Amino acid sequence: MTQSDMKKSRAPLYFLAMALLISAVGLLQSWNSALSILNMGLISAIMALGVNLQWGYAGLFNVGVMGFVALGGLAVVLTSMPPVPAAWSAGGGRIIAALVVGVMIIAGAAVLWKRMPKGRTRGLVLTAVLILGFFLFRFLLDPAVAAIEAVDPAVSGYLGGLGLPVILAWPVGGILAAGAAWLVAKTALGLRSDYLAIATLGIAEIILAVMKNEDWLSRGVKNVNGLPRPVPNEIDLQNAQWFLDMMVRFGMDPTTGSSIFVKLLYALLFLAVIILIVTAMELALKSPWGRMMRAIRDNETAAEAMGKNVTGRHLQIFVLGAAIIGVAGAMMTTLDGQLTPTTYQPLRYTFLVWVMVIVGGSGNNWGAVLGGMLIWFLWIEVEPIGAWIVNVITSGMDDGSSFKAGLIERVAYMRYLTMGVILLVVLRFSPRGLLPEK
Amino acid sequence: MDILNAFVAFANFVLIPATAYGAQLALGALGVTLIYGVLRFSNFAHGETMSFGAMVVVLVTALFQSWGLSLGPLPTALLALPFGILVTALLLLTTDRVVYKFYRKVKAAPVMLVIVSTGVMFVMNGVVRMVVGTEDRRFADGARFLVNARDFKAWSGLDEGLAIKTTQVITVVVALITVAALFWFLNKTRTGKSMRAFSDNEDLALLSGINPERVVTITWLLVAALATIAGALYGLDKSFKPFIYQQLLLPVFAAAIVGGIGNPLGAIAGGFVIAFSEVTLTYAFKKVITYLSPDSWSPDGLVQLLSTDYKFAVSFAILIIVLLFKPTGLFKGQSI
Repeated sequence: MTQSDMKKSRAPLYFLAMALLISAVGLLQSWNSALSILNMGLISAIMALGVNLQWGYAGLFNVGVMGFVALGGLAVVLTSMPPVPAAWSAGGGRIIAALVVGVMIIAGAAVLWKRMPKGRTRGLVLTAVLILGFFLFRFLLDPAVAAIEAVDPAVSGYLGGLGLPVILAWPVGGILAAGAAWLVAKTALGLRSDYLAIATLGIAEIILAVMKNEDWLSRGVKNVNGLPRPVPNEIDLQNAQWFLDMMVRFGMDPTTGSSIFVKLLYALLFLAVIILIVTAMELALKSPWGRMMRAIRDNETAAEAMGKNVTGRHLQIFVLGAAIIGVAGAMMTTLDGQLTPTTYQPLRYTFLVWVMVIVGGSGNNWGAVLGGMLIWFLWIEVEPIGAWIVNVITSGMDDGSSFKAGLIERVAYMRYLTMGVILLVVLRFSPRGLLPEK
Repeated sequence: MDILNAFVAFANFVLIPATAYGAQLALGALGVTLIYGVLRFSNFAHGETMSFGAMVVVLVTALFQSWGLSLGPLPTALLALPFGILVTALLLLTTDRVVYKFYRKVKAAPVMLVIVSTGVMFVMNGVVRMVVGTEDRRFADGARFLVNARDFKAWSGLDEGLAIKTTQVITVVVALITVAALFWFLNKTRTGKSMRAFSDNEDLALLSGINPERVVTITWLLVAALATIAGALYGLDKSFKPFIYQQLLLPVFAAAIVGGIGNPLGAIAGGFVIAFSEVTLTYAFKKVITYLSPDSWSPDGLVQLLSTDYKFAVSFAILIIVLLFKPTGLFKGQSI
């Protein structure tokens, strides 16, 4: 066997090992938890694919993953929740007017910036336009917001969505994230890599601030519960005769069975999305476009000298990567069935995805998928494994001892330490990851 | 029209808190800027370093309190500060030996070091959580106020009370001493000069016989001191919450970049620019305007330009504006 054959045969082996790990959870804990890990693992894999597109293909350092994930979540609310007619009549038109005016002010400022001659007058005029525009915007927005938020605040107090099927929210999440990414890229892509990183870190926090604060849009910290689902409800299944018959045939308890059945349906949907994205990305990578991207990543100056539009290509790939992350964010919120803006944390949604990409192998799509599944598995399972180890070590100790209780409490936070150690070890000893770029 | 009352209200809610916050940000940004100047990467673990330093100070303070040790009206935490710096310095030097040194040796790209620092961030975050958990801790003791609102009203006869917290004064005084000591070190001592030389031109510094590893070690020692002091002062002023330092990362970086990354003077200026903009733009000016307006007219709304949740947007907007129009920062920083 030659060396390249060895490398080729490694991927199926790793994925088999991954399947065994998840099956082990099914056998040792429960199939329900195993399928939960699988589903979130698949979503994490899609996030990792998005980051891999930006980092692995183009060398763009994006630490605003959390923001794009959250926008995907917002897309689910905006697409699938039923509209709230009372709120729309209370202030919907005025909100739209305010937003249109806001966009026009910014566009107008941009035009002024381009048209007016350079100098002090330009700066003054621009500042005046922006400040007056801000007050005009707030003058239009504020009463509408107050009116909307007063509409039955306990259950709605927001405009609601479009009432469309929830699956549509996934591409919409991608579009929202792509739009935000385009704005970021337009302002920050020309900057040095670590300035781009800080800029993306900032934009993610701002997206989150908007979602927590603009109740008329997303209900803010009051959360949106009961999002529509693309799969049947467990309760409906438990009452359906065909499902009960099937459960009898499998000899399964219908309550557990219905929950496993729903999770399997989700898994199939997610798998379909992953296959679609990986296929598209692999085709793109092997196309002339993919070769150009790698050429730019490896030597920007040389690529530019060959007449390649480096900034344009970077913009393109940054937007595409963000769109993939947005789709994953929408899928995650669909799976959760609720949008809770306070749960988005940079460590969990930005830096953990980075661990996935680095561990899996940056530049390799299958690596990103594997990294996503494996790191998510560890993120969930480190805690029970740690608790088990502590229990074994301290089995001789008295149950009431404060040392033992303290140790068990500490184990809950072990996942952060473990992720850091894994990332550092991989970077040091195997910087190309589990499945290196070919 | 009541200018005095308006000014007191403004000082109370904007001037004083923003000065204290600015001093804390400036100390944080100094740490970031020193690492950037000498080690040439943006250290994403800096927020966690502040958190770790503050945590050690919190624990040592608790120990001292249990011994009955105190500084009277001053917080015990000041006594614990040197121990916090010592432990943090040990942690940073160990991290450098175990993690960063290898990448210096292979001359890794700066962005690689940034990714490595996110790994360090995870580890430090985990360590802090495992040692103290995630709950909120107040560790400020001693006198709570230097100037009490009620006493001030009685003394001045104004309607508006002025309150200055002890921790705010301590923040500013400690920050002043720290910055003075740092600048004396960088400008007057031989070691400090060698550090600046190394930061300006590495090759030239190496040629003139400066030992790079020694410069790196001293940088980490300074960073440990700055991060611990910044973290402890922030915790003293508000309260110690491990996850809050993660959120400080953005304003701290914004301060360092706005001032001109790699430039210590710029970091201080940047810290105050960010702090004053954040506090001013998110403060509800209703009270101040009511005092300033004739008769007893008062505005309908709160006259708050932005909700407090948008303070990140303020640091971010300033950052972007400065980067677009003056990419090297207000003071000339490095631009590689």
